[in-house]
Amino acid sequence: MTPLQLTPYAVLLPFIGFLFNGLLGKRVRREAVAAAVGCATVGAGFVVACLGFFQLAGLPPGARTVTLDLFTWVAAGAFRADVAFQVDQLSIVMMLIVTGVGFLIHVYSAGYMHGDPGFARFFAYLNLFIFAMLTLILADNFLLMFLGWEGVGLCSYLLIGFWYDRNFEKGTTADAAKKAFIVNRIGDLGFLTGMFLVYVTFGSLRFQTVFTQAATMSVGAPALLLITLALFLGATGKSAQIPLFVWLPDAMAGPTPVSALIHAATMVTAGVYMVARCSVLYALAPVSMGVVASVGAATALFAATIGLVQNDIKKVLAYSTISQLGYMFLALGVGAFSAGIFHVMTHAFFKALLFLGSGAVIHAMHDEQDIRKMGGLAGKLPVTYATFLVGTVAIAGIPPLSGFFSKDAILWEAYSRGSWVLWLAGFAGAGLTALYMFRLVALTFQGEPRWDRGVHPHEAPATMTVPLVILACLAAVGGFAGIPASLGGGNAFERWLEPVFAPANEKLAAAVGQGDIAEYVLMGLSVGVAISGWYIARLWYIRRKDIPGRIVQRVPGAYRVLLNKYYVDELYDGAIVRPAVRGSESILWKGIDVGVIDRLVNGVARVTAAAGRGLRLIQTGVVESYVLVFLGGVVLIVGWLLTR
Amino acid sequence: MDVPLPYYLCLSAVLFVVGAAGVLMRRNAIVVFMCIELMLNSVNLTLIAFSSFLGSITGQALVFFAMAVAAAEAAVGLAIVIAIYRNKQTVNIEEINILKW
Amino acid sequence: MESLFFFFLAAFAVTTAVLMVLQRSPLVSAVYLIANFFALAALYLLLRAQLLAVLQIVVYTGAIMVLVVFVIMLLNLGDESRSRVRIALRTWITVVFAAGFLAEVVYALLAGGTSVRAPSVSVAESLGTVESMGGALFGTYLLPFEVTSLLLIVAILGAVVLAKKKG
Repeated sequence: MTPLQLTPYAVLLPFIGFLFNGLLGKRVRREAVAAAVGCATVGAGFVVACLGFFQLAGLPPGARTVTLDLFTWVAAGAFRADVAFQVDQLSIVMMLIVTGVGFLIHVYSAGYMHGDPGFARFFAYLNLFIFAMLTLILADNFLLMFLGWEGVGLCSYLLIGFWYDRNFEKGTTADAAKKAFIVNRIGDLGFLTGMFLVYVTFGSLRFQTVFTQAATMSVGAPALLLITLALFLGATGKSAQIPLFVWLPDAMAGPTPVSALIHAATMVTAGVYMVARCSVLYALAPVSMGVVASVGAATALFAATIGLVQNDIKKVLAYSTISQLGYMFLALGVGAFSAGIFHVMTHAFFKALLFLGSGAVIHAMHDEQDIRKMGGLAGKLPVTYATFLVGTVAIAGIPPLSGFFSKDAILWEAYSRGSWVLWLAGFAGAGLTALYMFRLVALTFQGEPRWDRGVHPHEAPATMTVPLVILACLAAVGGFAGIPASLGGGNAFERWLEPVFAPANEKLAAAVGQGDIAEYVLMGLSVGVAISGWYIARLWYIRRKDIPGRIVQRVPGAYRVLLNKYYVDELYDGAIVRPAVRGSESILWKGIDVGVIDRLVNGVARVTAAAGRGLRLIQTGVVESYVLVFLGGVVLIVGWLLTR
Repeated sequence: MDVPLPYYLCLSAVLFVVGAAGVLMRRNAIVVFMCIELMLNSVNLTLIAFSSFLGSITGQALVFFAMAVAAAEAAVGLAIVIAIYRNKQTVNIEEINILKW
Repeated sequence: MESLFFFFLAAFAVTTAVLMVLQRSPLVSAVYLIANFFALAALYLLLRAQLLAVLQIVVYTGAIMVLVVFVIMLLNLGDESRSRVRIALRTWITVVFAAGFLAEVVYALLAGGTSVRAPSVSVAESLGTVESMGGALFGTYLLPFEVTSLLLIVAILGAVVLAKKKG
């Protein structure tokens, strides 16, 4: 059996892991067993993904698509949807990321969640998530992808609210979980609408069928505009873009490995993957592309400004994630699909690294997350500090680490294929990224210690530090897979994904020439802004710590707006949530449920009882009256028969 | 001179109605039972009349079974009457109205 | 000749039936009913149902009515009391319904078309003799015959169980 044919088993194994840890977790007293099962299933998936990758590479470039039909899921009249996996260049890359980074995070979790009473439950949910995510990535039709889409949303809910008895900010972790799920649901409405429109327009939900048909359509067809916009709404929900990003900062209520895996590396990239998968559809709808790019650029800049002033280590990283996702959509929106996926990969490396590092810090500081109470941890947590620094340099976009290659590719494409406005937004965001990330490092690890006496920070155990080191290496060298031609590389990454995006690229205008002088200029600018971000952070937070305070005093209003996330949550709450709740209470609950439905049901009961009370008077108990009625009936019937 | 069939049927109808009236008017359970037997007999007469006039033995066979059933019914019915009398000391059907609402 | 017998027997049957219904004493009612059965048996003979005529006497009067008389005497029932001053509403309704039903049937029979007056088919005298009845019972109607025996067993059991004194 070839490795690719093992793919369904790679997807099924995490599900079995979920069943094992979910059903038998309570009985399995030893943490090592639960962790071993949880990690092994994902590790096996990674092995299969690697082997599959090599097998695909052995095929000729145009024929690297393997469809594995498992069984017919729905067959109703003319409608058919199968459980079938499509393994091609794009999905194998995503599978490698999900299983690889996922495996490392599973190992990390074994150390991080040590001693937690819900240890086995945690691994069960993580495995379930991997199962759903793999289903999403490998699906060969919209319906199966939607199944995975919903599955990861469910797991996100379960894992955010994992510590179900804890408080979180103004509410509980359960509130944060509900918020994530409900906001995602709004996006799912878009996905569903898009899916329905796809079926109506193309008569099928299979990607290959739909895309081949779409390739024959002309640019600007209105049906495609609606489809792509609807699908993008779903993407904004799942991938936390404007306007549906509000759930991701709250999702930090969950354990840090969850934040690393789901809300940095994999689930939030599902929207990016989906848009990339439907590249042909988007290429045929230039308006949608513009929308995607604009939303992405705006979100990138917007979130970066918020992340600049946050004081919770995970919140900074959360807004950073939203911002980086904006870059990915910016890339997709200007037609640089492989650049977007490239950034997905590098972002998975360094963002997972940063989150896991922050988890090590939180673990060391005994669940303290406020960076104003940290500082000077570099000496106490050397490995964590070193890897965290690597991740920061990567995300800032300083060469030769991975972030530089992917982010720079996006900025160049935004300038050349989009507009300078988009480039400027991305450029500013890059600068802010460097600034807030180095600020985070400075406040957390450098400078003087600001923590209490009673806290004794210590380095994390090996199960946590080894994944950190591995991720740091990947963050460092991962970019070499996509060295652009302008720097002498062959951009293996882009060439690998080219056949997937070829139909889309055909529709778009011809690709811009390489080696333009502007590209080098922009590259230099990007590096420059990153380094200046580092410098400013060093200045403000280490050398002269009074500067931030003075700036805040000069513009207190602006600072408050940023600190309160532009009051978006409050806006949504007032404009949408509260009216909905009030309307539900008064109209739906009191009006319809109690007034109409309850009255109806009770009324039926009352009528039945009254009818019974009336009818029982017939039961006189005297046989003769019964016979009398008989006779009367007989007389009537015979009379009727006679006169017929 | 042959008696036409309708005459037999009329006679049967009269007996039936008399029996029905008896069932409704009498209060003694055993007399009611006897009136029921009268009704059964009127039906037997109808069947035999038809059998004779159509030349088929079917009607008579049916009457044979009707008689057998009537005998069985008589036995069981009277046993029930005895049982009721033992419990309620009466066979007046107006006083046996336990199934009244 | 036959019609003479018929009318005489018919009158006798109706009279005894009416008298049976109107008697106050249950025992006298039973005797009238027996007389009615005799009249019916004679009518059966007229209709060439010889076996059934005999069975009518043996089974109905000889067994069933004897049983009824036994029960009447066992329970030592007295006459039905003429308690009510006025005749109950139920009685009036009964009379109305009965009269109406009778009128309907008689109308249907006598005023109907010629098809109702079945032609006097010359039927063999041996229509209802023991041989022909036996042939039918053990031939075409064998199954009902056997089932009837089962029915009788069940009736016996039922009667015994119901009438048994408890304890």
